Amino acid sequence: MDQLAIIFARVLQAIPTLIGIVIVTFLLTRALPGDPAAYFAGASATPESIAEIRAKLGLDQPLPVQFLKYVQDLGSGNLGQSVSTGQPVATELLKRLPASLELTLTALLLSVAVAIPLGVLAAVRQDSWIDQLCRFVVTAGVSLPTFFTGLLLVYVFYFLLGVAPAPLGRLDLMHITPPQVTGFLVFDSLIAREWSTAWSALKQLLLPSITLALFTLAPIARMTRAAMLQALSSEYLRTARAAGLSRGRVLMVYAFRNALLPVVTTLGMVFSFTLGANVLVEKVFAWPGIGSFAIEALVVSDYAAVQGFVLSMAVLFVLLNLVIDTLYTLIDPRVQVDG
Amino acid sequence: MTDTVMNPSMAAAASRSSSWSRGFAHFRYVMTSNPVTFLAFVMLAAMIAVAVFGPSLVPHDPLATAADKALKPPTWQHWFGTDQLGRDVFSRVVVATRLDLLISVSAVALSFVCGALMGACAGYWGGWFDKLSGRLLDTIMAFPLFVLAMGIVAAAGNTIQNIVIATAIINLPFYARVARAEVSIRRNAGYVQAARLSGNSELRILIMKILPNTLPPMMVQLSLNMGWAILNAAGLSFIGLGVRPPTAEWGIMVAEGANYIVSGEWWLALFPGAALMLAVFTFNLLGDGLRDLVDPQRRT
Amino acid sequence: MSTPLHNPPLLAVRDLCVEFATRKGPVTAVRSVNLQVAKGETLGIVGESGSGKSVTSYAVMRILDRAGRIVSGGIEFGGMQLHDAPEDMMSDLRGREISMIFQNPRAALNPIRTVGKQIEDVLIRHAQATHDQAKAKAIEALEKVRIRDAARRYHAYPFELSGGMCQRVVIAIALACKPQLLIADEPTTGLDVTTQKAVMELVRELTRSEGMSTLLITHDLGLAGEYCDRIVVMEKGEVVEQQDTAKLFTFPAHPYTRRLIRSTPHAAATIRDLLPDDLRLPLPSAMTVSSEPLLEVSNLVKEFDPPGGLLQRLKKRTPYRAVAGISFSVARGESVGLVGESGCGKSTTSAMVMRLLDATAGSIRFKGQELTAVSAAAFARSPLRRELQMVFQDPHESLNPRATAAQSIADPLIRLEGMSNGAEIRARVEALATQVGLQHELLDRLPHQLSGGQKARVGIARAISTKPELLILDEPTAALDVSVQAVVLNLLADLKAEFGMSYLFVSHDLEVVRLLCDRVIVMRAGCIVEEGQAARVLSAPQADYTRELLAAIPRPAHLPGHAAPVVEAVRA
Repeated sequence: MDQLAIIFARVLQAIPTLIGIVIVTFLLTRALPGDPAAYFAGASATPESIAEIRAKLGLDQPLPVQFLKYVQDLGSGNLGQSVSTGQPVATELLKRLPASLELTLTALLLSVAVAIPLGVLAAVRQDSWIDQLCRFVVTAGVSLPTFFTGLLLVYVFYFLLGVAPAPLGRLDLMHITPPQVTGFLVFDSLIAREWSTAWSALKQLLLPSITLALFTLAPIARMTRAAMLQALSSEYLRTARAAGLSRGRVLMVYAFRNALLPVVTTLGMVFSFTLGANVLVEKVFAWPGIGSFAIEALVVSDYAAVQGFVLSMAVLFVLLNLVIDTLYTLIDPRVQVDG
Repeated sequence: MTDTVMNPSMAAAASRSSSWSRGFAHFRYVMTSNPVTFLAFVMLAAMIAVAVFGPSLVPHDPLATAADKALKPPTWQHWFGTDQLGRDVFSRVVVATRLDLLISVSAVALSFVCGALMGACAGYWGGWFDKLSGRLLDTIMAFPLFVLAMGIVAAAGNTIQNIVIATAIINLPFYARVARAEVSIRRNAGYVQAARLSGNSELRILIMKILPNTLPPMMVQLSLNMGWAILNAAGLSFIGLGVRPPTAEWGIMVAEGANYIVSGEWWLALFPGAALMLAVFTFNLLGDGLRDLVDPQRRT
Repeated sequence: MSTPLHNPPLLAVRDLCVEFATRKGPVTAVRSVNLQVAKGETLGIVGESGSGKSVTSYAVMRILDRAGRIVSGGIEFGGMQLHDAPEDMMSDLRGREISMIFQNPRAALNPIRTVGKQIEDVLIRHAQATHDQAKAKAIEALEKVRIRDAARRYHAYPFELSGGMCQRVVIAIALACKPQLLIADEPTTGLDVTTQKAVMELVRELTRSEGMSTLLITHDLGLAGEYCDRIVVMEKGEVVEQQDTAKLFTFPAHPYTRRLIRSTPHAAATIRDLLPDDLRLPLPSAMTVSSEPLLEVSNLVKEFDPPGGLLQRLKKRTPYRAVAGISFSVARGESVGLVGESGCGKSTTSAMVMRLLDATAGSIRFKGQELTAVSAAAFARSPLRRELQMVFQDPHESLNPRATAAQSIADPLIRLEGMSNGAEIRARVEALATQVGLQHELLDRLPHQLSGGQKARVGIARAISTKPELLILDEPTAALDVSVQAVVLNLLADLKAEFGMSYLFVSHDLEVVRLLCDRVIVMRAGCIVEEGQAARVLSAPQADYTRELLAAIPRPAHLPGHAAPVVEAVRA
């Protein structure tokens, strides 16, 4: 019961954050220099047509009124109209969301599967080769520009070695998209029993998710190693050793579970970086997700699209953080409800 | 209880000059005790030298195009090859050092000063300022940071100044958080209470006693952040924000080179990318060394 | 050696040498240590910091740090050789045949695992219970260490328990499998004096009833004297003396032992008794205590807002009363002791008197002026600031890590006395250093280059630099070794006489207060429980709580001064 109360409190705490996000997104587009009306009107617009568009967009109203209209629109799911595609922004984003999610989740899974064992082993076998490897991976990993790694991987594995497919998106030219069930192409093709489509989708997914995974590997491995080291040198671990508990138990139950706490906390920051790096990876691999949508929108100054992108990424991030917080509450009994 | 008789003014003079020589001796000690730190400092010095003197020493004009020499692989005349417009990649990479360093150093300096001040005041005095700044920081951190930078630059206009400001804003919370935590730990430490008893005003205590002691952890943060700021700025240019062609900047050079890597012309993207990596790597290595330099407890 | 020849010792350590690898090369922590523990015996290892007593016990358990290793010598336990035993053999022995309990009990327990499960882990590991029986046995173990409501506490996490209860859980874990030998490494450090006694009595009872041997490691000679059959004294990694307890206290052989016994406040009649013979100067003549009060505190109250944010305040939790309306006074030239356990409000009171903290209500009059009229934040500028100074508890934390000793001492001179001439300041600093017995060449060192005792002297020099009239000493020797404590206490006594200061001595250690103070005030839960002349309160207390406190002080039967401390009229 207590834990439910804490989780509920966290959900409540997310509300002012959401309000803050809405305000900031609004301010970004209205209060800063730059004239959206001019963007929408186009390069060859006359002052009268600009003024007409301004009135149509409601930009001649005072700011608080504009804000209210903005919130109203949001409430009804209206994120504006995309200039480049002519579709509502919300539709475009929803259409492209599964692609980004598939990429991000695969990458996170990969990096956690590698980083956590690496960090644990590095801490347990200090100064061994695996520890040196971990430290190297961490320092190199935080120095790598994601877009550069992606390009390098493409060059080596596609151009030089020929093992990877061309970075042209989610499926190669020979296959068609399977009927949509989850939006994740690999699952959808498996469900539709189109094996070669599934294989193609998987191959296309490999390089981009590895690129993204390399980026998130470093902070997770670093935090796991540091947290394990701290747990291993703690006083309660000394008690466990002095009580003769088996090595496995000491490592897993007494050290690792305690070390997970700061790692879970770090995941929040890692998600932040991932959602940002996602944009870069999507550009390199021509991945049709919301990141590449935003980049295209930026190029043509499609205002509503960029704004919608920022807003939806932020909301996604808040939700992810809520999940992490809930996870943390369930693991750590010391968490209390506080204002 | 020994009584060492020493001329007071001599002692004062001795302690003054010795603090300089002590400082230098400590610098030498840090450099020699950890080879990694030494390497990092050498690389930093090299980078700064390239940024300062590079543009005047490059063999070719970074902006000069030559259609007949386009897309040539590395040769003795063009160490890093030429790009799609025939420009010398080596000269461009060298010249870009100055721009990239300038962007990141200004962004980091801006966010460090503002963030540290904000965090220190919030940590020391608490109250409404703490709550307000906390909310502000939370709102910034509620966005995936790179995405926020994209939004800011898109809204404010596609210029280099706005890249600096956007990078500064998204880096602010890190410094503010660290500063706030470090200051509030020390707020009621023994020596701080003693300083109050010695008649120091609260402001004086914060600036003269607490802040210098928070420098070591901040130094590590600073260095890591420099690396991240460089990556951020390059990422923004990669997607077309901030820097416009034909300006030479590492991120935009990689973006331009990306189109050619699938057809095998690797040198356009590799060299600027490698330079980027090296710069970030240097700053990451630097972190621990800087902390050792600044931390009095490392002195023997 | 008094081990009977027909009974082989349970534990025998022979010529043990332990080294640690450091950046500057190997450091020998323990050198040629020989000791035995017989069956059913309680052996105490006594030493100050750096003596190697803990390292010896870690070596026996083979839980040394990565950097430490046993270089030579042997450890024999129940016929088995431990010093080179394989790890899985050691892992079987630990917890089942040899157990250990540590200081700082809350940190010694896994914070995210219930205490019941932690006990079960040990039981199951050493096959003392199957999974079904484990819970019942764990509750049994909790009951054995006198934890009330054991069935409910089984589900508790360490953060929900008090320090004393945590230590009981640690003991339960250690004794769950009924080991033959219990090693207790400073088990009472960090606990209140009354809790200390409860824990030691529990350990004694449990080990006696099972016929267990105990190895008690402590820096407190009095504690060892009360609970141990034999005592080993260690200094700088070597054993200097080993004796039956009675013989050790009545005929100590080694000069270090003699110095240790001497430094224990319990045995001393005057403060000079703490020092070795060669350093004793005559007591300063007793100061006349004036009848005019220097400090008058009336109905002082301090309330803190309850922790937690909006949600807690909405629940209308009452604020926490740290100090609940106390009144006392300190006369000119008097030394008053403020005594109590943790949480009694003594530190809050001293912070308010020092004007580091604002009072919620009440008055503090100093030399006739009302101090509460000026807020704590503004007091730095008041001319009275220089009359009220403080010596802090933790010498490590009370000096700015970036300032040399000279700079720390000079700070009040520059700020409060307005001195600006570098040479003059230096001269004053050196004079102060001489007065507190700090060598001048140490003045240019940073705090981490000074020892605990040297840092304490710097703190004292800084506090007396403005010749204050009232000096508050907040547990100034709590973090120091006993021999250093002896010297520092004498220094404080001498300084008081020389400068004519009044002292408010805040402490939890009644014996030290007895030696240094004229009057004593006993506090509990924010209220004054008893007050009066030190001699009277400490020999014939009237309040139950005071009696409890006095009874909790370990009183070795062989230490002189056991019955009722005869206190001389002349006091420093």
